[in-house]
Amino acid sequence: MGRVEGKVAFVTGAARGQGRSHALRLAQEGADIIAVDLADHIPNIDYPSSTEEDLAETVRQVEALDRRIIATKTDIRDRDAMKAAIDDGVAQLGKLDIVVANAGICVIADWENTSVDVWNQTIGTNLTGAWNTLQLTTPHLIANGGGSIILTSSAAGIKGLPFLSAYVVSKHGVVGLMRSYATELAEYNIRVNTIHPTGVNTPMGTLGGGAFGPLLEAHPKLGGMLANLLPIEITEPVDQSNAVLFLASDEGRYVTSLELTVDAGNTQF
Amino acid sequence: MTGRVEGKVAFITGAARGQGRSHALRLAQEGADIIAVDICESIPGMEKYYAGATEEDLAETVRQVEALDRRIVARKADVRDYPALKAALDEGVAELGHVDIVSANAGIFAFGEQSQLVEDAEWEMVNDINAKGVWHTAKAVIPHLIEQGTGGSIILTSSTAGLKGTPNVVAYTASKHAVVGIMRTLALELAPHRIRVNTVHPTSVNTDMIQNEATYRLFMPDNPHPTKEEAAPIFVGINALPIPWVEPVDISNAVLFLASDEARYVTGTELKVDAGYTVK
Repeated sequence: MGRVEGKVAFVTGAARGQGRSHALRLAQEGADIIAVDLADHIPNIDYPSSTEEDLAETVRQVEALDRRIIATKTDIRDRDAMKAAIDDGVAQLGKLDIVVANAGICVIADWENTSVDVWNQTIGTNLTGAWNTLQLTTPHLIANGGGSIILTSSAAGIKGLPFLSAYVVSKHGVVGLMRSYATELAEYNIRVNTIHPTGVNTPMGTLGGGAFGPLLEAHPKLGGMLANLLPIEITEPVDQSNAVLFLASDEGRYVTSLELTVDAGNTQF
Repeated sequence: MTGRVEGKVAFITGAARGQGRSHALRLAQEGADIIAVDICESIPGMEKYYAGATEEDLAETVRQVEALDRRIVARKADVRDYPALKAALDEGVAELGHVDIVSANAGIFAFGEQSQLVEDAEWEMVNDINAKGVWHTAKAVIPHLIEQGTGGSIILTSSTAGLKGTPNVVAYTASKHAVVGIMRTLALELAPHRIRVNTVHPTSVNTDMIQNEATYRLFMPDNPHPTKEEAAPIFVGINALPIPWVEPVDISNAVLFLASDEARYVTGTELKVDAGYTVK
C-alpha cells in the first residue's frame, strides 16, 4: 500500500528537475498525476529551458510505474490555460487531493543589474504563478473534502541571499501566500505548507550558477551565505520529493502552515 | 519491503507510554531496535496534575516492541540524573551495537498559575526535566554518534509552547523555548559530523498529559469536574484545523520522517505538527 495510494496530485513545472521527481515519487507511492509545464523557451535565464520532450519523458516514467498522468503544456501565468488544464485533469482523474506548486525560475543579478523584465518575469512566474495554482485548484480540494497544498519556496524564502533580489522577494512572497491560504482553508481540512530547498541537482541548480562567480569574487564576504551547514555541496531532487511526500500523505494530516527546510542547514548560518 | 529506518537503533526518553511509546513502536514497525528509558514514577509536585508512568507501562512498551520482532533495551532512568541516563544508554549501545536516532521526548506539563505566582520548586522541576533533561540526553549520546562516524538524527520534542507564549504556563513555555535553543546550537556544532538536529512541535496530543481534569480546568476554571466531552470543543477552538487534538502517531510520523534517510539533508528545522495552532 503506497503512502499516497489512490490520491491525485497536480504538479507544476513537472517536465524535469524537482517537478518530475515529485511526480515520480508520488506515483511510486500510488498517486495519479496531473502535470503542467511551460515546456518552452524562457528568456533571460542562464540555463536551458525545459522542452516538450522533457514533459513527454515525465509522462513515460509515470506510466512505467503503472499510474495515470494527464500532462499539458501550460504557462502557469496564463490563468485561462491553467484553469483548463486543472479542470480537464480533474475531470479525467476524478478528483484532486494534492497540489505541488513547484514551477519557478531563478536569475542571478546584483541589485543594479536586475532588469525590469527579470523582476516582472520572476514575480510573475514564482509568485503570481503560485497564486494562480492555488486559487484555481482550491475549489477542487474543497469539493474533495480536504487536501494538501505544498508550495516550493527556498532557503531564499527565509533569509536574504545575495544577487537574487527578485528571486528572494518572490520566494518570501510564497511564504505569505502559504500562510494566508493555511489560515483560510483550515476549516475545509486543507493543509498548506512550504518546502525550502537549498541548492538542488537540477538544470536550474547546477547550470544556472555561473553568474555567481564574478559577483562573489567582488563581494567575498557574502559567499558564506550560500554555503550548507552539512558537509554536502548539493541535495538531490528526491530529497525535496521525500519532504513533499511526507506533507502530501496522511502522515502529515495535522501539519499545516509549516516551513519545512530541506536545506542542509543553509538557513542556520 | 525494507523499513524506513531498517537496521537503525533509536534511543528514546519517556518511552513508557504516550508519545514516547508511540515513537518506539512506529520506529520499530519500520525496522529499528530501541533503547528506552523512563522515570516510571509519579514525580513529587506533579500529582495534582496527572499521575506519572509506571514500571508496568515501560514493560508494556517492551512487550509491544518485541511483538514487532525488534529488540529493545529498557531501563528505569530519570533524565535529570545524568550518570543514570548515560549508564542506561551505554548499556543499550553495548547490547544493540550502535545508536543512530535520538528522540528526546521525556517531559512534564505543569500549569495553571499566572507567572508571578509560580513557585521556584515548580519552575525548577519543569525546567530540569524538559530542558536540562534534553541537554543530558544529547550530552550522553553525542560521543557515541561522533565516534561511530555514521552521522545520526537527533529529534527534540518541543511544543507549540516552544514557538508562542502560553498564558499561565510560564515554566513549561520557557522550557520548550529552551529546547529550540538547544536544537539550534547542536545543529551548528554537529553538522560537520553529519548529525542532524531538529525539533517537533506538537499541539495537544491525545495522551494522559492533557486528558485529565486539571488540564480541562485550565480552559474551564469554574467547572470543578470538567469532562473530556466538555473539553473537546474548547480544544477544537485552539487549533486551526477542525480537530481537538492529534494522536501520538501523528507526532511519531514526523519523528520517523526526521529519523529516516528521507530527511538526510534536513537539519535545524522546527517541524510543527500543530493543526495550525501557531497560525492563530
